[in-house]
Amino acid sequence: MVSERSDGSRVPVALKILIAGGFGAGKTTMVSSVSEIRPLQTEEVLSGGDHPDDTALVEGKTTTTVTMDFGRITITEGLLLYLFGTPGQDRFWFLWDELSQGALGAVVLADTRRLAECFPSIDYFEQRGTPFVVAVNCFERDPRFTPEAVSNALDLDPGVPVVLCDARDATSARNVLIELVEYVARRQLAGAGRR
Amino acid sequence: MPADPLRAPHDWLDQDAGPVVRPYAVTQGRVAPSATEFDLVAFVAATGATEVAPGVHLQPEHHAIITACWESITVVELASRLDLSIGVVRVLLGDLRSAGLISMSEPPAAEQPPDVDVLKAVVHGLRAL
Repeated sequence: MVSERSDGSRVPVALKILIAGGFGAGKTTMVSSVSEIRPLQTEEVLSGGDHPDDTALVEGKTTTTVTMDFGRITITEGLLLYLFGTPGQDRFWFLWDELSQGALGAVVLADTRRLAECFPSIDYFEQRGTPFVVAVNCFERDPRFTPEAVSNALDLDPGVPVVLCDARDATSARNVLIELVEYVARRQLAGAGRR
Repeated sequence: MPADPLRAPHDWLDQDAGPVVRPYAVTQGRVAPSATEFDLVAFVAATGATEVAPGVHLQPEHHAIITACWESITVVELASRLDLSIGVVRVLLGDLRSAGLISMSEPPAAEQPPDVDVLKAVVHGLRAL
C-alpha cells in the first residue's frame, strides 16, 4: 500500500557545507554559533576490519566511534543548509570523502598560531575540486595578520577568499558562509562562461 | 604502547565517546547497505504503509524510525534524534525501504551543483538571519 502523501513532490532541498580545519581551530564552535538547532552530534562507527591501522593501537578493539558535529540553517521552507564539522584527526580522513560528496563547499578555519594545521584540509579540497574559503579565526590577543599575508603563507590559488572571523559570533560565522556561497556562485558563473 | 592500555590517554577515546557498546548488535551484525545508498542529507519519510509482508520482523528501532520519519527528515537528523550511529540507521532504513515502509528522496547529485539562483536564495536567506 502506498500512502497518499500529498506533499511527496515537495521535499526540501538540503545543501551541505563542511567546516574543516586543524584541531582546536574552532570547528565545533562555528557550527554551534550559526546553527538554529542545538548542535547535534551523531556517530559514525569504524570497524577494525576495514581500517586495521586505526584500531591497532588498542589490542582487541574492533570498533570505535567518531563523532560528527552538525547544524542546520533553514533558508526557506524548501531550502535547508546543513553544516558538518569534519572530524579533526587524521585517521578519520576516509569520512571526509563521504561528507564531501555533493557538498556545496567548505570553510577551512585557520588559527594563525598554528597555520600549518590547516594545510591538510586545503590540500584535500584542492584535490577534490571542492570550493572553499579560508576563515581566520581571530582569537583574543592574537597577532592580527592580514588576509593577504595568510593567503600568501598558505600559497592559495588566486581568487580563494580569505576572511577574518570570530567563530563564536553568529553574525561573523554567518558572514563566512555568505562569502563561501558567493564564491561558489562566482565560480559557477565563470565556469558557465567558459562553455 | 604504555603499560596499562586502559589508563592510556587516547585523543579519540575519551569520556565524550560515551559508553562502549556494540552498535551493530541491533542490525544483527549487518553493515550493508553501502554508504552511498542513504546520503547524510537524503530525506526519508514513512510511506504510511502498515502491512508488513509475512516473514518480515521489525525491531523496536525500526518502529522508532518509522515514527520519527512520519514527516520527511534527513538521515543525519534521524540518527541524531534516535541516538543511533549513522551506519546502523542506514542498515535499518535499508530494511524498511525493502519492506516498502519508507521512501527516500535523493539529494542533489554531486556532479550537479545547485544553480546560481539557488545560491542567490541561500545568500539572501543568510543575510536575513
